[in-house]
Amino acid sequence: MTELCDRTAHDLADAMRAGEVKAAELLESSLERVAKVDDRVKAYLTLTEEVAREQAAAADAALAGGGGASPVAGIPLALKDVLTTRGIRTTCGSQILASYVPPYDATAWERLREGGSVLVGKTNCDEFAMGSSNENSSFFPTRNPWDTERVPGGSSGGSAAAVAAGEAVWGLGTDTGGSVRQPASLCGVVGMKPTYGLISRYGLIAFASSLDTVGTFTRDVRDCALLLSTIAGPDPRDSTCIPDPPRDYAEGIDAGVAGMRIGVVRDWFGEGVEPGVRASVEAAIERLAALGAEIGEASLPRAEYALSAYYLIAPAECSSNLARYDGVRYGYRAEGARDVIEMHAKTRGDGFGQEVKRRIMLGTYSLSAGYYDAYYGQAQKVRTLVIRDFEAAYERFDLLVSPTSPTVAFRIGEKSDNPLAMYLSDIFTIPANLSGVPAISIPCGLDEQGLPVGFQLMGRALDEPTVLRAAYALEQDLGLSLRPGVIEATS
Amino acid sequence: MPVEIDIEHVARLARLALSPEELARFKEQLGLILEHAERVGEVAADDVRPTSHPIPLVNVFREDEPTPSLSHEDALANAPEAEDGKFRVPRIAEAPE
Repeated sequence: MTELCDRTAHDLADAMRAGEVKAAELLESSLERVAKVDDRVKAYLTLTEEVAREQAAAADAALAGGGGASPVAGIPLALKDVLTTRGIRTTCGSQILASYVPPYDATAWERLREGGSVLVGKTNCDEFAMGSSNENSSFFPTRNPWDTERVPGGSSGGSAAAVAAGEAVWGLGTDTGGSVRQPASLCGVVGMKPTYGLISRYGLIAFASSLDTVGTFTRDVRDCALLLSTIAGPDPRDSTCIPDPPRDYAEGIDAGVAGMRIGVVRDWFGEGVEPGVRASVEAAIERLAALGAEIGEASLPRAEYALSAYYLIAPAECSSNLARYDGVRYGYRAEGARDVIEMHAKTRGDGFGQEVKRRIMLGTYSLSAGYYDAYYGQAQKVRTLVIRDFEAAYERFDLLVSPTSPTVAFRIGEKSDNPLAMYLSDIFTIPANLSGVPAISIPCGLDEQGLPVGFQLMGRALDEPTVLRAAYALEQDLGLSLRPGVIEATS
Repeated sequence: MPVEIDIEHVARLARLALSPEELARFKEQLGLILEHAERVGEVAADDVRPTSHPIPLVNVFREDEPTPSLSHEDALANAPEAEDGKFRVPRIAEAPE
């Protein structure tokens, strides 16, 4: 049966306003679920029950006072451990920050906290958000609630798994190359990467600054709109943040897709895409047609170079951003070094895991003297070409659709020894990061093994309303009821 | 063909102390990844301008309003070693003879 922790945030917010549900009992429901499943799912790195109970009590007081409580008040939240929380340990899944306690809140979290949000805990992720499976966490791998022998996706796998398993009602992650959409797809939840710059990056511990975006995990598309409305908007502390005033993204969400021009990215259905994924996505496209959308074939010819460009740009920015972990101001410091240079090198050699070191090396090489033009410079030109492809496609279409990921959740260990195979997990999500456009993944069905398949919708820059409107229409039409196995199984 | 890399030089630039096994593994893996990534050169023509930022904003100004900054105590709270209100590090230069 459905417990409080399995319901949507908008449904719970209505129930709390009607006095039928208390934030305190909702939190206990989520915490009971954590107690029941998290030894198998392992979504959380840090649980913040005490803080959460205070926040729930405060939300109940605010709700009892009537008036204009925020729609996020009292809703249990899972926060990826790359978003800073003042006074609460923030690790980035890395040993180098294993005991770091930030002195400031990330803007996205600050806005939720001020709205009365309840923080269940900080979720596991690939180290510094580098990975597609959560196996790169230096603490432990998170497991997929649909099959605990499989990965939840990454890098925001902890938040995705927590929302899928009822260990939080919604959550935040970050998406640099697909790190919200791909785990959402693999865990059967809604994951959105909005337009680059729509949500402040202040307090998002940097990986690749021209690509990093805060994103949302929710049970449905309406919740996605509510959460986005709360955290979006300008921030004087992030100069890349778009200055447009915040808007209500739930407005007009139910206007339907009749007459909407939707382009299918046909190149993204071929080799490497599992038959179960293809079938589910094709069926969803037929539903959009039945709902009155005009379906056509779109092409992003230079997108095949996007993965290559990404694996030059992201590591280059990473090698620069992660230079700050030098054992001086925060984080781990190696003992026994004779001088400061040796201390830096030993600290970083011991403190970072394999994938992070691999990307720092890759980025350092491609930015080094003599190679910059051949690698980083060329990659930035490809970025321009990918953007032009999107612009050309959006002259004909309002939206582009595709599978989110070529595969369903894969087995733990299946790709961990082969970086290139792992990088291919993000082949359909990376183009939206390079071009900055908004993209969402919603569940569109289960494959023959009973594992969730994600459907990706990509819109024009800052056209989140069209993306959400189509996603909502499809979700309502499909009417899926998704309940991962881990909830029913006894431990 | 996999790209040949002076991996020890790159590790020095990156300030990463790596084991001989790591150096060998990264040399091989980076060579393969770069071989794949070099494909960007197939389409990146000379007349294409590079993009550093997907949604370019220019002249981002804000009001210059003084606000409290991080306290000294908060700024040093995470330091591996601090002394007299400063970060302490191992020696930077040799003491003169």
